[in-house]
Amino acid sequence: MILPQLIADGIVAGSTLALGAIGLTMTYDIMRFANFAHGEFLTFAAYFALMFVSAFGGVQTFGPLTFGWTFIVGLIIAVVLTAILALVLDWLIYRPLRRTNIVITLVIASFGAELMLRNIAVFFWGSQSRFYSTAISIHREILPGVRMSADDIFLVLLTAVLMILLQLFLTRTQLGKEMRAVSDNADLARVTGISVRRIIRWVWIIGGGLAAVSGVLVGLTVQISPENGFSLILPLFAAAIVGGIGSIYGAVAGGLIIGLVESLSVPIMGAQYKLAAAFIVMLVVLLVRPRGIFGAKS
Amino acid sequence: MIGVVAYLIFFLSQGLIFAVCCLGLNLQWGNTGLFNVGVSGFYLIGAYTFALLCAPAGSVLLGGFGMPFIVGIIGSMVVTGIAAFIIGVATLRLRADYLAIATIGVAISLRLVALNTTSLTGGAQGFPNVPRPFGGLIQNNFDANLAFFGLMVVIVAVIYFGLEAMVRSPWGRVLRAIREDEPAAASLGKSPFSYRMQSFVIGSALIGLGGAMFASFLGFLSSDNFFSIMTFQVWTMLIIGGSGNNKGAILGAILIWAVWTATGSVAQAVLPTTMQVKGGALQIIFIGLILMLVLLFRPRGILGEEASVSRAVPKGLKKILQKGS
Repeated sequence: MILPQLIADGIVAGSTLALGAIGLTMTYDIMRFANFAHGEFLTFAAYFALMFVSAFGGVQTFGPLTFGWTFIVGLIIAVVLTAILALVLDWLIYRPLRRTNIVITLVIASFGAELMLRNIAVFFWGSQSRFYSTAISIHREILPGVRMSADDIFLVLLTAVLMILLQLFLTRTQLGKEMRAVSDNADLARVTGISVRRIIRWVWIIGGGLAAVSGVLVGLTVQISPENGFSLILPLFAAAIVGGIGSIYGAVAGGLIIGLVESLSVPIMGAQYKLAAAFIVMLVVLLVRPRGIFGAKS
Repeated sequence: MIGVVAYLIFFLSQGLIFAVCCLGLNLQWGNTGLFNVGVSGFYLIGAYTFALLCAPAGSVLLGGFGMPFIVGIIGSMVVTGIAAFIIGVATLRLRADYLAIATIGVAISLRLVALNTTSLTGGAQGFPNVPRPFGGLIQNNFDANLAFFGLMVVIVAVIYFGLEAMVRSPWGRVLRAIREDEPAAASLGKSPFSYRMQSFVIGSALIGLGGAMFASFLGFLSSDNFFSIMTFQVWTMLIIGGSGNNKGAILGAILIWAVWTATGSVAQAVLPTTMQVKGGALQIIFIGLILMLVLLFRPRGILGEEASVSRAVPKGLKKILQKGS
């Protein structure tokens, strides 16, 4: 009875995880480090959009949705600002540390950057939860036993559109092909004249931008809080690892799998252990098949 | 005057608790290269095990057991060590950054367990009545704090000299060999997994001991004590003091604890009560900034790594070897 609803909830949560995990898997693949600060891109994006939405207000909304044009513009602004934030972080911290060639230093630095960014968010925007709109999003029965709000449907559709665009970008454009070449073999790509530095810049822009969309959508459907990014970093890593580090399709599949696992674990383990469920799945994958579902490289 | 001394004792006691954890992490990271980002999880296991063993019956639904202090200390180290062994079996074969993700996952999951298993941990209400070391023997509060401080000095000294002897032994050199060049160490017949496990279990048991002393120091436990900020503090202490150096671990612990306390007092004095949450945020941002600057400009920390040369090496050669590192 309740199963279809849990699956629907899992797909909604999994869509945002998929968007967030793409950037994580790309940074891991091309720069070879686990960026613990990635979740903070989601947090900051949600607040960037909130600043715009609360400055210009949203009186009129689109049909059954709880938002209007201001939110869409806020979303675009959040994508741009978050991409800039990712580039600044790289320029200030990661690039100087990459020269030292000690991967672990990068991970420690990202761990520190995560805590700093989370607390900068607390400092500027306070620790209480915020929302884009006070309007209540009504959940309607769209299939037998499945109730979803219009916002949820918007979220899933937007994710699907972005996935298709990303797929076209990676297979049809010069930049996308270069990116895949660097991912396959950075040295070989460099020899053929591809600027790895430029690719790294684009990884931050695309990864940060998709994380921004994910963060704003989490803010729309759940809440906006400085803890958003940190509470999602474990599921995001789980999604990237389950899918296979470096694989963008893997990140999408992994995101959906982790979303479903979290949702389906609720009747079994209770909602308070959702995070632990994602973690256990990740650990099992690491032990049984460390390269993940779609991962080709060891 | 007595107020200043009392405060100093209080301050240093907590600083030395951090030093115990920092020494444990230094064995894992500084000497073996194990990237344990789950420090707060092992700290939590030690703290709650101690509380459960030593608190009087009825403190929580299923405990405590009113055991003597020393049983609590040994018990918490053993339980944390066993937990580290189980976690290690699952994670120590992983690459360094996977180990980081796995250990942070363990720490987050353990905090959820502590928050939700009310019958064992008191859950959201917290765990009350955790006894102090000399229980009924010392009535005066000042004397009790002084005795606690004395005990901490002894514990840190014992751990320091113990670890110094260990890292300078052939065992300690194997750890560093595995850290520097795993295939080379393995080709000499040293099992990397087994040595990593020993280092991981001993280091975690020390962090568990730190947790037990913390429980006894506070007298009350709440799952809020075990957020990832604690892990971050211990890591910052170790990196700034100088990882791979036991003196550095202690120095870093006291120093960063001093900076943390000082910035906290300043924030409390300067900011109005409505801004106290922001003050806490500023404290973390400030420590993070120090960590970043050290990573960028002095990655070896204040003291840097100490070479561990065998006592059997002749003195003249020893000097050359130490200079070389």
